[in-house]
Amino acid sequence: MSDTPPHGPLHAVLDRPNSYIGRSVPRPNVRRLLQGRGNYVDDIRLPRMVHVAFVRSPYAHARIDGIDTAAALNSPGVVAVVTGAELAEYCTPWVGVLSHLAGLKSQPQHAIAIQKASWQGEAVAAVVAETRAQAEDGVDAVQVQWTELPIVADMETALDDQTPVIHPDLGDNLAWQRSFEAGDVDAAFAAGTVVDEEFSFGRHTGVTVEPRAILSSYEPAEGRLTVHHSCQAPHMMQNIFATHLGLEEHDVRVICGDVGGSYGIKVHAYADEMATAALSVMLRRPVKFIADRLESFLTDIHARDHRVRARMAISESGKILGIEIDDLTGIGPYSVYPRTSGIEANQIVNLTGAQYTCGNYRAKTTVVFQNKVPMCQYRAVGHPIATAVTEGLVDAAAAAIGMDPIEVRRRNLIPDDAYPCTAATGLSFEGLSHHRALARLVELMDYDSLRAEQERLRGDGIYRGIGIATFIELTNPSAMFYGVGGARISAQDGCTLRLDAKGNVICTTGVTEQGQGAEAVMAQVTATAVGVTIDKVRVITGDTDVVPYGGGTWASRAAGIGGEAAVQAGKALRENILKVAGIILQAEPETLDIREGRVVDGADGNDRIGLDEVGRIAYYRADTLPKDFQSELVATRHYVPKLFPFAFTNGVQASWLEVDIETGFVTLLKHWAVEDCGTVINPQLVDEQIRGGVVQGIGGALFEHCLYDDHGQLLNGSMMDYLTPMAAEMPDIEVAHVETPTADSELGAKGAGEAGTAGAPAAVLNAINDALMPLDVRLNIHPATPERILAALGTVG
Amino acid sequence: MKPAPFNYIKPSSIGDALAALGEHPEAVLLAGGQSLLPMLNMRLVAPSHVIDIGALPAMNEVSIADGWLRMGALLRHCDLAASPTVAEAAPLLQAAARHIGHPAIRNRGTIGGSLALADPAAELPACLLALGGRLVIEGLDGERVVEAAAFFTGTFETALRRDEILRAVEVPVLAPKYRSEFHELARRLGDYALVGLAAHGQIDNGGVHDLRLAFFAVGDKPALAVAAARSLEGKSLSEANIAAAVALLADDIHPIGQPGYGERTKLHHCGVLVKRALSRMAA
Amino acid sequence: MEPMIDIQTSVNGANLSARVPARQTLVDFLRYHLELTGSHVGCEHGSCGACTIRLDGDIVRGCLVLAAQADGAAVETIEGLSDSGELADLQATFHARNALQCGYCTPGMLLTAQALLADNPAPSREEIRAYISGNYCRCTGYQAIVDAIESVAAARRGVIS
Repeated sequence: MSDTPPHGPLHAVLDRPNSYIGRSVPRPNVRRLLQGRGNYVDDIRLPRMVHVAFVRSPYAHARIDGIDTAAALNSPGVVAVVTGAELAEYCTPWVGVLSHLAGLKSQPQHAIAIQKASWQGEAVAAVVAETRAQAEDGVDAVQVQWTELPIVADMETALDDQTPVIHPDLGDNLAWQRSFEAGDVDAAFAAGTVVDEEFSFGRHTGVTVEPRAILSSYEPAEGRLTVHHSCQAPHMMQNIFATHLGLEEHDVRVICGDVGGSYGIKVHAYADEMATAALSVMLRRPVKFIADRLESFLTDIHARDHRVRARMAISESGKILGIEIDDLTGIGPYSVYPRTSGIEANQIVNLTGAQYTCGNYRAKTTVVFQNKVPMCQYRAVGHPIATAVTEGLVDAAAAAIGMDPIEVRRRNLIPDDAYPCTAATGLSFEGLSHHRALARLVELMDYDSLRAEQERLRGDGIYRGIGIATFIELTNPSAMFYGVGGARISAQDGCTLRLDAKGNVICTTGVTEQGQGAEAVMAQVTATAVGVTIDKVRVITGDTDVVPYGGGTWASRAAGIGGEAAVQAGKALRENILKVAGIILQAEPETLDIREGRVVDGADGNDRIGLDEVGRIAYYRADTLPKDFQSELVATRHYVPKLFPFAFTNGVQASWLEVDIETGFVTLLKHWAVEDCGTVINPQLVDEQIRGGVVQGIGGALFEHCLYDDHGQLLNGSMMDYLTPMAAEMPDIEVAHVETPTADSELGAKGAGEAGTAGAPAAVLNAINDALMPLDVRLNIHPATPERILAALGTVG
Repeated sequence: MKPAPFNYIKPSSIGDALAALGEHPEAVLLAGGQSLLPMLNMRLVAPSHVIDIGALPAMNEVSIADGWLRMGALLRHCDLAASPTVAEAAPLLQAAARHIGHPAIRNRGTIGGSLALADPAAELPACLLALGGRLVIEGLDGERVVEAAAFFTGTFETALRRDEILRAVEVPVLAPKYRSEFHELARRLGDYALVGLAAHGQIDNGGVHDLRLAFFAVGDKPALAVAAARSLEGKSLSEANIAAAVALLADDIHPIGQPGYGERTKLHHCGVLVKRALSRMAA
Repeated sequence: MEPMIDIQTSVNGANLSARVPARQTLVDFLRYHLELTGSHVGCEHGSCGACTIRLDGDIVRGCLVLAAQADGAAVETIEGLSDSGELADLQATFHARNALQCGYCTPGMLLTAQALLADNPAPSREEIRAYISGNYCRCTGYQAIVDAIESVAAARRGVIS
């Protein structure tokens, strides 16, 4: 509690008495989840609801010569069998491009493929039935006549002359290319010791425990569409449904209730979800689609399939002189709508080396089409790759000049007092804390003791390694991320606060709850800014008919952007309340404050009147108020970052692990993360975002990989064969914070959702290489499987 | 991902179950269902009838007679893991049971279901091979007994005829001075093994005798490394002798690779498991 | 014709009769017939553990049991175990420790944790990790869940942590 001098009603939110900012408040609205009484899409049942299942292409690339639906139509329970051409009457196609990714091209994509299938798993017909089981029976009864087409599987050869072009209209398989150069790169490489490495990153995917889910209901009399959708960005989807189904935006309501995990998987317009919405219009009744796990692997976006050739030049004194990367990625047959599939590659160009002072940088990325599941943005978009490349190069360079990896980083990280500044890649940084974070990490992990233990164990033939990874994370994006390129994705967010007649505050916000605790953050900020206890705040999210317009949850934006909107709405509501209270109390509003739900004298905290009483008078006894006064116990404010296009954060992670050189198995012993997301609103929630993100990053580093054969067939598309991280193999993770608030908002909060995932793969691979250093082995392949480690060791060919 | 339609039959005796099997050529047997249900859900199988034998009486008992440990085919993995009788008579089986899936799987899955399915990556078939076990099979003509070595014939293939039911499993009671080792490499706890080894032999007068090295998850069925085991007969389990035996594995075992895990890595891992198992056996 | 089976079963202590499709899994029966939607469907092949329920006292995968197999059996779900108060300390501790994020795995995780503590009242962190390793959580990274179970185990033993 505060013993600072009396506060006026407009003082800064962070100084409020009884502030909830910085407190680990348990999340509201989760008791239902603990009791199995949540409200996920598949929990909802509507009158006359039917289920859709899709006929999906067994081939990676094949022409549809005919679809015989007769037997399926006779299958018990089947209501309709619909092909792509039939559904195109109800849903227009889309093209996933953005104008600021100049030159990015893609083919129009339909809700259901019409002439050909371009990846294994693409839907070519829909079967609607009374139950999902009956819909699947119908799917089995549909006969498709196929002609197999030549397949583009390998991104390395996608642009070769002899490789067929997937979409002849586009002319070639090149989706996008970008080059960037700063400083004098050739001179830098001529001047120092050069390390040259090739990195590869396996395709992986999000595997949300709740699969993608949508229940679309069309009310023909009013022409209104209501979509219950497991998604991250309800307003974005409202616009997309309206645009492609030919409806007015206000006739589309998207309701995003409980979401069973998203991580970027549920922020895209999926063809089968668009088809489900279109089917509900066509059939004039509610249609539900719940992706099953097998179709999740074949239709949820994949990510991270990159090959990066990279070089770094370093001086004898450990100064990084130059960095050069050449990135190649295959994104599947379409650029995904509406965010496009060019962003991950663009991020790699923008982020590589950007934590360091080195000014000489050359980068190229090439994005190609192929016949595999479409790739798009997934948690930490591009960061894991840029960080693994940068930090892998730094470790290789450190080894080349015989310098400790911590020391090399100290000599090259942008100094903490150098901000604001601009990185070689062109990113603007408001304020970062690389050196403080690194110092905190070294202390937290007791680096010197670990090095001593490592040395001692090597004598016993035990190979343990320490991996360090510094990184930056893009958060709180302005319209420079998507809007500037033409995407109808809101960078701003709104918050409306309303005082009810009992003194409670109802908070509606455009950001969405995906489990990360956005509703807790909004409640904490609201309670603090208005001056009530948190149990008096009710937060409502995820309903486009109810909440202010906003972007939702992605790119680590909910707390920083939604939170600031709540700060400003809270201050405005407090002012409005105090105007009423001032009249009732015959006091100047400026002399009053609200604390713990009561109006008090600002000077001495003396109790004056409860908010319930203010509400009662304003709502029920307005006759007792002056005739020239109208109370407004509601306030709405919006916020978008203005000073910087993005609020970059920074952090550093370390991994401590053991490699069994006989089996190639890696045992994770411990992981540390120090992270600076500005103002920490709820330390526990931030820590758990970091931990969950770290484990997702570890998944990519050691386990997760969508394995394809040369025919574009996914070989491990089940949870038995695709290895997600499970509890037994994961380490304990220690988390610490440095706080550098952004001045772009009063709250000062930046994002934290993706930092764990951004840094963990680099830390783990660096630790493996550190463990194997006495054996003169380096490995830059994600995931680092036992076979790959044994191959690097030369144990197996 | 819902099963194709089927009829469900729940016989009350093994005789009724055999009759139902005879009557419906496209039927499958359901015991614990921990492998069958995923296959049904994925529509990898679409039987006309599912015959639920899971509750048949007197098929989950554990007993010892004439030097043999007998376990009913419906014995659940969790009960196998917890049985004091099994702990005494066949510790190898208990060591293996801990690696089968997860608690909720072991609470339903049965040893007979696992053996009759004959997944090449399953633990128990290799254990039976290592222990010299046998399978008691019931058909309409009566009972027959098949040695484990003759039972497993290929991927999901056994000597079990489609109108027969696996009734019980028998292994010799642990003889004096015999020791067992169970080792498997799995990426994650409870996963199907990349490779696994059930080793069983007698340690006497400083030498190993009657050694059996049974691998699983290497090929289409569990495989005994005969030459490697024979090379050690009567010898001490010294580092050099073990290494010589490991060198013979390439003649014994012909692993089939899987995506991201080739046959050479598998063979290498087999050698590591032999080394580790025999080193522990010698200790 | 969809083959149907008549079953009699007890769900959360209440006896009921139902006619179910022979092919329907127990978790689908609970969710779509009884509208007990707390048991979640995540993979339908026994890998994720989101559908974990109790059958005759043992935790099982609701997706790997047919509804027909529950004839004569006692089924318990997260809803029943919440109402009985059996999980109250686990639920409160999961909440306080933020051992859930999206909550989709949580019912299965709670039932598995309860089974562990019945088997082993004083599990080590490694034993906790091993026991819950058949329950997939994509959000938390597991540590908070391990912490919560460890602290409930200690509290039930009367150890003040």
